Amino acid sequence: MLPNNPIHSILSGDYPRSKALSVALVIVLVSLAFAPFLFPGSQPLNVAAKICVFVILVASYDLLLGYTGIVSFAHTMFYGIGGYGVAIAMYNFNAGWGALGLGVLAALVLAMLLALLIGLFSLRVRAIFFAMITLAVASAFAILASQLNEITGGEDGRSYRIPEMLRPAFRLFDEPVLGVMINGRILTYYLIFFAALILFLLALRVVNSPFGRVLQAIRENDFRAEALGYRVVVYRSIANCLSAGMATLAGVLMALWLRYTGPDTTLSFAIMIDILLMVVIGGMGTLYGAVLGATIFILAQNYLQVLMGQFSGMLEAAGIPLLPGLFHADRWLLWLGILFVLSVYFFPVGIVGKLRQMKS
Amino acid sequence: MPATPALETRDLTIRFGGHVAVNAVSCAFHPGTLTAIVGPNGAGKTTYFNLISGQLKATAGSVLLRGHDVSGLTASARTKRGMGRAFQLTNLFPNLTVMENVRLAVQSRAGAGLQLLQLWSHRRDLIEKADSLLESVKLLEKRNAMAGALPHGDQRKLEVALLLALEPDVFMFDEPTAGMSVDEVPTVLDLIHGIKARGDKTVLLVEHKMDVVRSLADRIIVLHNGTLVADGEPATVIASPVVQEAYLGISPEAAGQTMGEAAR
Ligand SMILES: Nc1ncnc2c1ncn2[C@@H]1O[C@H](COP(=O)(O)OP(=O)(O)O)[C@@H](O)[C@H]1O
Ligand SMILES: [Mg+2]
Repeated sequence: MLPNNPIHSILSGDYPRSKALSVALVIVLVSLAFAPFLFPGSQPLNVAAKICVFVILVASYDLLLGYTGIVSFAHTMFYGIGGYGVAIAMYNFNAGWGALGLGVLAALVLAMLLALLIGLFSLRVRAIFFAMITLAVASAFAILASQLNEITGGEDGRSYRIPEMLRPAFRLFDEPVLGVMINGRILTYYLIFFAALILFLLALRVVNSPFGRVLQAIRENDFRAEALGYRVVVYRSIANCLSAGMATLAGVLMALWLRYTGPDTTLSFAIMIDILLMVVIGGMGTLYGAVLGATIFILAQNYLQVLMGQFSGMLEAAGIPLLPGLFHADRWLLWLGILFVLSVYFFPVGIVGKLRQMKS
Repeated sequence: MPATPALETRDLTIRFGGHVAVNAVSCAFHPGTLTAIVGPNGAGKTTYFNLISGQLKATAGSVLLRGHDVSGLTASARTKRGMGRAFQLTNLFPNLTVMENVRLAVQSRAGAGLQLLQLWSHRRDLIEKADSLLESVKLLEKRNAMAGALPHGDQRKLEVALLLALEPDVFMFDEPTAGMSVDEVPTVLDLIHGIKARGDKTVLLVEHKMDVVRSLADRIIVLHNGTLVADGEPATVIASPVVQEAYLGISPEAAGQTMGEAAR
């Protein structure tokens, strides 16, 4: 644990502190890093890309909820701003890198300004009031996005082209690598993967910085943090802006992957609920929780239905009554719900918290 | 006596609904002095501190720090200008370690809170400073325990360490030894004595134990129902009829006895 060793610097001294957790994290990292080769096909790659994006989205939310103790419902708004930043730039200008950069920059500026404004106006008041304000602003924004047809494409959203290198038809090499053709899709995936990795490590740095400890102090006892000389509203506002910026970038990555941005994929309240669940399942106040929470949630979302269909078929073939209906693929949401209730009940400190407890 | 007091309150008043908790208290505190603030429970001592350090906004009157009016400033701004406060009801960061608690105070003093990309663990200077403070309150061996899990006496000592870490010009202690075991009390009193001995610090101490007050204070002020009712040398104030009645609510002769007992 020499402060100068590279792992220490990369992880900002924030080790998983549990063997099981380390193993789980390495499995996730390796699976995502080699996803195009390990799990060929468009559906698995789709899931892997979504996991990368949601790790960032959930980590940025945990920066607020778990580290600073701020409850916000505006997170999907910032995610949406990132998505629409890409959509509007790509739809209205040529689909080049310059336009993309401009769209990302504009989205970041808008998101962080909005976060700052909401923060300065309402972070000094009671937490519940801040939560209400974010809910109101996010709802207003969602309505605005679906009404401003000319700009956003309204309810239908926008489909657009992205820079050529990232399009499916693009080929990096003439020959396949390890049996996989490196096309624009895979390049997009790696853009997302590395962007997510860098953002995650940056966030890990921020929460383990002097600033990050002040955020935790504010979560624990904002009154005392203020008495120690920390201007709480300033720290909360900075956290709010950072978190918003990160969510915006997650939205950008998702928009590049989907080549479509609409209210349902970015602004819907259902996504907000998903984020909340992922934070809680993974464990609040630890960024590694975002990794596990997002991975497990998205895997369940995508594969539970299939698994249940097979299971139900097996039960039916075995001639067991009643149960096949209970495990019918259409009931997957019910079972997802039950899984979450159980996981929150049995791991109130999240999976990461549980794994760390098991060690001791 | 120096021209400008380190701290001064002018007609400082706060009203909670109809109840006047602090009533037009005017008082000046000079560097190098330790003033004990006494008065029965509910007299307004803690509220007076809250007004001085900015936790509460005064209904009327003002607070001056080295001659500058700080009444409009937030608590954090007053702390940055040299006020420090230890709370009567322990007020820590329960799910952070003892070490992290102190270091947060050290870091505030060093103005390092807004560093986002540096590693917390890389500021050896701040960590060493925090460790030496923990040693001075005899908590070093518990540095990695969660603050919320400490026994009451240790939490009180940690509270004192947080105040020391701020290195303020004006120290405000609110019943620092209340609820401590007998063997823990001297550690804290020695520290307070050490601050006073430096000669340039201003110390305000709310304390019930009369022996402590006698041995440490240069001056006693008495609050009763939010009003300042006595102010002067310890011996004189303790002997004054107004204190005997207002503070203890008993006759002077009996008071002498009770105080003798309390001293033990
Ligand atoms: N925030 C508040 N709201 C209403 N009343 C308060 C508040 N703070 C203190 N008081 C009242 O002010 C009086 C003085 O309290 P306090 O300053 O805590 O007394 P002391 O510290 O001398 O024991 C008490 O009657 C208390 O109930
Ligand atoms: Mg009190």
